[in-house]
Amino acid sequence: MTTPLLKVENLRIALAGDGVTYDAVENVSFEIGRGEAFGLVGESGCGKSITALSVMGLLRRPLSLAGGRIILDGKEIQNVSAAEMRRLRGKRIAMIFQEPMTALNPLSPVGRQIAEMFVLHEGANWNEAMDRAEDALRQVRVPSPERRIKDYPHQLSGGMRQRVMIAIALACGPDLLVADEPTTALDVTVQAEIIDLMAELCAAKGTAVLMISHDLGLVANMCQRVAVMYAGRIVESQVADAIFATPTHPYTQGLIDSLPRLGERARRGRQKLSEISGVVPSIANYPAGCRFNPRCPAVTDVCRTIVPEATPLPADGVVRCHHHG
Amino acid sequence: MAEPLLSLDDLAVHFKVGNALAGGIKTLKAVDGVTLDVKPGECLGLVGESGCGKSTLALAIMGLLPPTRGAMNVDGQQISGATPPDRMKMARTVQMVFQDPYASLNPRQTVRRTLADPLRLHGITDKAEVEARVIDMMAKVGLRPEQADRYPHEFSGGQRQRIGIARALILKPKLVLCDEPVSALDVSIRAQIINLLLELKDEMGLAYIMISHDLGVVEHVSDRVAVMYLGRIVEQGGWQEIFENPRHPYTRALIAAIPDPFHRAAISADAKARGEIASALNPPSGCHFNPRCPLKADICTAEYPAFGEVSPGHRAACHFRDRVG
Repeated sequence: MTTPLLKVENLRIALAGDGVTYDAVENVSFEIGRGEAFGLVGESGCGKSITALSVMGLLRRPLSLAGGRIILDGKEIQNVSAAEMRRLRGKRIAMIFQEPMTALNPLSPVGRQIAEMFVLHEGANWNEAMDRAEDALRQVRVPSPERRIKDYPHQLSGGMRQRVMIAIALACGPDLLVADEPTTALDVTVQAEIIDLMAELCAAKGTAVLMISHDLGLVANMCQRVAVMYAGRIVESQVADAIFATPTHPYTQGLIDSLPRLGERARRGRQKLSEISGVVPSIANYPAGCRFNPRCPAVTDVCRTIVPEATPLPADGVVRCHHHG
Repeated sequence: MAEPLLSLDDLAVHFKVGNALAGGIKTLKAVDGVTLDVKPGECLGLVGESGCGKSTLALAIMGLLPPTRGAMNVDGQQISGATPPDRMKMARTVQMVFQDPYASLNPRQTVRRTLADPLRLHGITDKAEVEARVIDMMAKVGLRPEQADRYPHEFSGGQRQRIGIARALILKPKLVLCDEPVSALDVSIRAQIINLLLELKDEMGLAYIMISHDLGVVEHVSDRVAVMYLGRIVEQGGWQEIFENPRHPYTRALIAAIPDPFHRAAISADAKARGEIASALNPPSGCHFNPRCPLKADICTAEYPAFGEVSPGHRAACHFRDRVG
């Protein structure tokens, strides 16, 4: 087997509170192959975004890496120096964020922000870099890029800003693109276009994607494999099609069943939506054992005391549930 | 046939924006000629992306914004720019559930006070009766009586939305405007709130206007659906007509934009829209959707299409409504 591009092993992220430390992410492991799109799905607070930040080496207090390894292309990167990480970031791994307005520099024209990538990482001079920035804007299908490179972020619409973010992220042809809810702030018709654009450019450049989202449908459309997180742990990971066809963890099953889906009412009439009872636990009150146990329809005594181990599923899938099989 | 509870006749809400000394004053046509009926006990889904005017329309129906043109009739009360509504009477007829249950509740009022104040304002002064109605309303939305003395911060997002719903229903209105009632909630909580809204609708005989960009939710709850684009309704019809046989290219683009892992929607992905929503300050000439439309022809830039009938009760504002699909 070839070495995966990114391997995250037993990742543990600590959150320092008032004299106490919580595990915000615990035992998270996954692999992403070259050119593969991998999705990490979960609700707010489940730890998916900080997992992405840890891959980028961007965890800041009160969050810190408390254990585990992050291996990029065979090399451990969780302990490299800040200078080394800066060289990796943007060049080998790049990230796009949910809100492009807060991620772009408001005081700098967008062309310059793209060109900076070529200057910093490839030693290009500014003239050449600006020409390449114009090409990059053309690639993300910003209309009349020769004028747009002089625009400031506030002069662009949300969708255009996200295109600029994608142009910056993909400027140096990174091996891995980390996309944290890249379309959540956008309108649905614009979202569809941006996702298609991202998928197309990454496929053309052979860039792998780590996509973070709360929208299981969106992730399953874009990614080959999907992992579902709940309360700081991965509860299930499967091939994207399989996660809808045969969801295995009760949380995944509950999520998929609870969403009203297009076409369902015409097919079966209006059925009452199945509910997941209870609420997402807060990090200070994570239950013992399986963290989904207070909300799980199949809960038994063992779920309340013992953390379930990972059980393999077909095609490299994994589920963490005592009642699987 | 039942008298409509709400009818809008060519309703328009325009705003003056800008500065006479800098750039001149422009007219923002947030809502521009909307004609619409809602019958008692009916749920109308109102769909559109940000900036299409759906929230302005909701505020106008609440009687909070005076119409610039046109008139509306709310349960027998005639309202236009010249005849402002009787606020007290409006409050007993139309109520609203807001998107963000964190921002829409007063943090310094207990649940009891939040629910009791409207009753007192509307002349129910008997303490025992107020108390009985508050507790009864809380039970209806799934809150326990002992939670009455708690403040909003002590509740989870889903429970706060229950409080918001209870506040809207305490005066026994006939029409409730639900403005994105689940989009701020955790995914695993949404089904609970949607089920609750549908139960209450049957139990209390309410009519809803369900404003949402989540088409899965709209299809699930609506009897009829209206689609808005840049201040105008571009398509309207029974829920099945809209979702199975949409005739406006924008409706088709909206449906095509939804990630559809089950491949059950009736619309294929090639109906997606290009580009971005135009500014309502400067809408394109002719059909507002023409710059993004896959069917664009010369007539589309020349004249705004009539809101013509496709089949009884199903109308679409497209020159090619008989050819689409």
